[in-house]
Formats: sequence, structure tokens, C-alpha cells
Amino acid sequence: MLEWVLAILILIGAFFTLVGSIGLYKLSDFYMRLHGPTKASTLGVGAILIASAIHFSFKTDGVSLHEILVTLFLFITAPVSAHLMAKAAIHIKVKQVERTRQLEK
Amino acid sequence: MILQRLFPHPFLTLILWGIWLLLNNTISPGHIVLGAVLAILIPWLTSSYWPEKISIRHPWMLLLYVLRVLYEILVANAVVAKLILGPQKNLKPGFLHYELKLTSSVGIGLLANTISLTPGTVSCDLSKDRRYLLIHALHIDDVEAIKADIHRKFEKPLLEIFVTC
Repeated sequence: MLEWVLAILILIGAFFTLVGSIGLYKLSDFYMRLHGPTKASTLGVGAILIASAIHFSFKTDGVSLHEILVTLFLFITAPVSAHLMAKAAIHIKVKQVERTRQLEK
Repeated sequence: MILQRLFPHPFLTLILWGIWLLLNNTISPGHIVLGAVLAILIPWLTSSYWPEKISIRHPWMLLLYVLRVLYEILVANAVVAKLILGPQKNLKPGFLHYELKLTSSVGIGLLANTISLTPGTVSCDLSKDRRYLLIHALHIDDVEAIKADIHRKFEKPLLEIFVTC
């Protein structure tokens, strides 16, 4: 039973990480590609980490809490680096797809 | 007064202590003491970088907010997976300006992080007067709907959590 849950979680994680990578390959400009990695690191890695936490909590004595920290650091660093890259890209005027809309305030 | 000098940011102290214990994965007395020393020293040494006092009115609401964000990540991931796997021509990317009602910098930071974490939107820049957040969205059908969503789901709870000082 437990193994089924773990397998499903890992498959979900792998699927969303794959989708993130496909996005990175397929999307047309820098700003759109930025959406790929930020996504893969949330649900994809999240599901794999939950699976890891469950597995090691049941396999070894005591609870495994390292995964919480990994998630925490990931959730802090991923958006910040995405933000910085986007900001830098805007600053040096990286090309955008023509259909990108600039919406006024 | 002395207590305030010792603990410029009690909330940070608690978080650092918790993280230290988690990193070592123990609650042995030695690490409790060492963690406490570090948790008191670090906020004290870095206090000049935190001019604003962080005050959280409802700590349990912050927990609720985290749960809500996790749920939103789940939903939004499915939506964006569909967008990425579907035909690219239908995507309508764009930049939008989001008018902030939050004023505390920790609150703005958390909101910007949340926006980037929920797929489909990445926060790109904060205007100089800290009133607008520039957001890049992968697909925009209705700008007002996106803004209303951000406000209802994320900014409103944050407004209640962080008191402006």
C-alpha cells in the first residue's frame, strides 16, 4: 500500500518536472521559458520530496524532516532567482515574442 | 528595552532556531543551546539590514496562507501543464502591472514570491515608488480577472497578516 502511494507521488513529480523541461524547450522567448523551471521546482520537486519524507520516516527510526528544509529553501530561492533573471532581462531588453502584450496600468 | 535590544526580531530568532534544529535533525541539549546562541546572535548582527520591524498579527493565519498557497500551486500547475503541452500559437503572453495595496516590505516580498511560485505568473520588477509590481504572465485571457485573483487569493490574507509599521 505504502509503496503504491510512493510510486504515484514519484510519478506525479516526474511528470511535472518533465512538463517543466518541455516548457523550457518549447516556449518561444526568455520570459516564457522562465515559467518552466519555476513550475518544475514547485509541484514536481514537491511531490518527490513528500515521497522521500514518507519513505524515510517509515523505513528508519524517527521522522525524516530534512525534506521540509529542502522545500523551504527551494521555495525561497526559486522565485527570487526567477525575479532577478526577469529583472536583468528587462534591463538589457531581451527580445520578446511579438505577440507579448504590454498592458498599461 | 533591554529585551528589545537583545531580540530585535523575535520572530526571526524563533525561525532560525527551528531551522538549526531541523538541519541537524536532533533535539539534543547541545544543539538546542548552540542553536539558541546563533538564533540570538544572527538577528542582532544583521539588524541594520532589517530597518522595519516584522510584526505578525495572526501567526495561525500565516499557516493558513501557506496551506492555501500549496493548494493554489496544485491547481495552477495542472492549468499550466495543459498550456505548455497544448499548441503554442494559442498562448497570449504579456506583462501586466499589478497595483499593490501592501506596504510592508516583507509582505511585498512574500506576495512577489507567491506570484512567482504559482505557475503562470512570474513577478519581474517592483516600481521605484513600490506601488506597482510588474508581472509576466504566460497566458492572459482577461487581465482584470488575473489581478482580481491575485488580490483575492494572496494579497488580502497578507494584508491581514502583516500590520504596517
